[in-house]
Amino acid sequence: MSTPQPPMPQTAAPNWQAAPGSSYPTYTSPIPVVRTHLGHALTSEWTKIRSVRSTMWTLGVFVLLVVGLGLATAALVAGNSSDGSLNNENPLSFGVFGLLLGSMCIITLGVLTTASEYGTGMIRTTMTACPSRGRVLAAKAIVFFVVAFVVTLASALLVALVDVAMLDAREPTGQEWLKGTVGISLYIALLGLLSLVVGSIIRHSAGAITIMIGLVLAPLVIALFMFAESLQDLQQALFEYSIPNQLSVFYSQSLSDSGPSGWDPLWIMLGVTAAAFAGAYGLLEKRDV
Amino acid sequence: MSRFSVGGMIELEGLTKRYGEKVAVNNLTFTVRPGIVTGFLGPNGAGKSTTMRMVLGLDHPTAGDVRIDGKHYDQLKDPLTYIGALLEAKAWHGGRSAYNHLLCLAQSNGIPQQRVREVLETVGLTAVARKKTKGFSMGMGQRLGIAGALLGDPRILMFDEPVNGLDPEGIHWIRNLMKSLASQGRTVFVSSHLMSEMALTADHLVVIGQGRLLADTSMADFIARNSKSYVRIRTPQRELLLDVLHTAGITAVETGNGTLEVDGGKAEQIGELAARHGVVLHELSSQQASLEEAFMQLTAESVEYHAHSGAPPAEQQRPWGEGWRRS
Repeated sequence: MSTPQPPMPQTAAPNWQAAPGSSYPTYTSPIPVVRTHLGHALTSEWTKIRSVRSTMWTLGVFVLLVVGLGLATAALVAGNSSDGSLNNENPLSFGVFGLLLGSMCIITLGVLTTASEYGTGMIRTTMTACPSRGRVLAAKAIVFFVVAFVVTLASALLVALVDVAMLDAREPTGQEWLKGTVGISLYIALLGLLSLVVGSIIRHSAGAITIMIGLVLAPLVIALFMFAESLQDLQQALFEYSIPNQLSVFYSQSLSDSGPSGWDPLWIMLGVTAAAFAGAYGLLEKRDV
Repeated sequence: MSRFSVGGMIELEGLTKRYGEKVAVNNLTFTVRPGIVTGFLGPNGAGKSTTMRMVLGLDHPTAGDVRIDGKHYDQLKDPLTYIGALLEAKAWHGGRSAYNHLLCLAQSNGIPQQRVREVLETVGLTAVARKKTKGFSMGMGQRLGIAGALLGDPRILMFDEPVNGLDPEGIHWIRNLMKSLASQGRTVFVSSHLMSEMALTADHLVVIGQGRLLADTSMADFIARNSKSYVRIRTPQRELLLDVLHTAGITAVETGNGTLEVDGGKAEQIGELAARHGVVLHELSSQQASLEEAFMQLTAESVEYHAHSGAPPAEQQRPWGEGWRRS
């Protein structure tokens, strides 16, 4: 009982079956005690996201939509355009249709990353393993964002290269390349991150997915039916700031000349996501799991 | 240093949890100690799971405090190697395999990966380790939950209704497991709504009803206090036997199903009396009142107390419409 435990990490071979009648008044685990940090949470979340089939499904459908629609659009445009008619077009812009539809998959995956844990009860296990709730949310956010960004970038890049090769359009500038691949991929990954955060707030997969799809589609649809003269400004704003239009801004193809331009959509999405993240963190700390 | 020599105490102090009007856990104060199995007993809905969730920092107490060796759960830097818990059954994603489920838990606490295989072996799930947990039976799910609790080889273990859904072999296994964990000096805190189960495993007993503490006692004390012994008699000559017993100064109580019961351990005396008076006996057996009954009585009182205190006194109840019909 008086034998002091060496304070250094135990290097002896672990002996899981502790000797019965051990001289210690309380059990001492042979597993070396590790102070947990964000790195542990990140590894754990990476295992989680890669070990469920819904990840493979949503990302698989995403790649299929982005690449498939991208190639189909390029083929269609190449076959139907007369000589020189595309001279002033940014060839990268034909990828936007696939990315718009594909963003639904990223939204779904983002929501599932958080909300499915509430649906299954896994969240209790997760929060027991890592009582720092902010760390859990941060780890989920980082792992998801990286996965979403890498997959989107790879798909968008492939479509962009095919577009440039197939279409008889002008050569995109360096800035256009950057916006049309990295920029839009960051935007879509952020949209997914916003979904993840909304999933954490709503705690219900179907509900959160509905909200996010509504967020993407509703402004445009609502604006379509705003006929009144007095609502013209609002209609204009809804068009300009709707997510589909923000996507096309990355190819300098806004529906109008005013509204967001350049890298604006990215900063808008960054701001919205940051605000939602702060809200989700506050709720996570306050609510019972 | 002190963490290695003493520790493993769960201390609740006036722990209270309210959901709106409803009080789920009401001012609980008790301590769970290392080296023994502490049974946490109460009927369904008594607040056992809520209490355990508050220990793990999942639910915030409305009032009071719960600490593990003086710390709140979220202050533990190595939660899974400190305290392992089996909460409700199947608290995981059904699409993930048992191995991957345990792997992500191990990784979150820096527990060596080989430990995942070891606990799967311990709970007997090695053969289905790569299968999706969706298809697991309740017993298999319970085993996976226990594997998760054992993963960090922690000094404190909490099991919420661990025998639920287990087959007899599994129940036998978990009983022995809990006892051996406690004998290694660990703290074992196990909830159940079955007194009989607790009588077989627990050394100490904490009983709650409607969120309030009803008993905090050693199992031996509880048994001594609550299990009265009596003699059960069956006879075709009931009237004759009652007379004989009455003359000898022994009080027998008739129970519903035609048997007689006599308090105290007097089987020999009754047998001799019956023989002497030629009374035919079909049964003469020494019995122990079941702990289950004692437990039911204990918790029923708490339920009754609440029911009475909430109802208006009977004399104030007047027939419907009396107030306006005659005026």
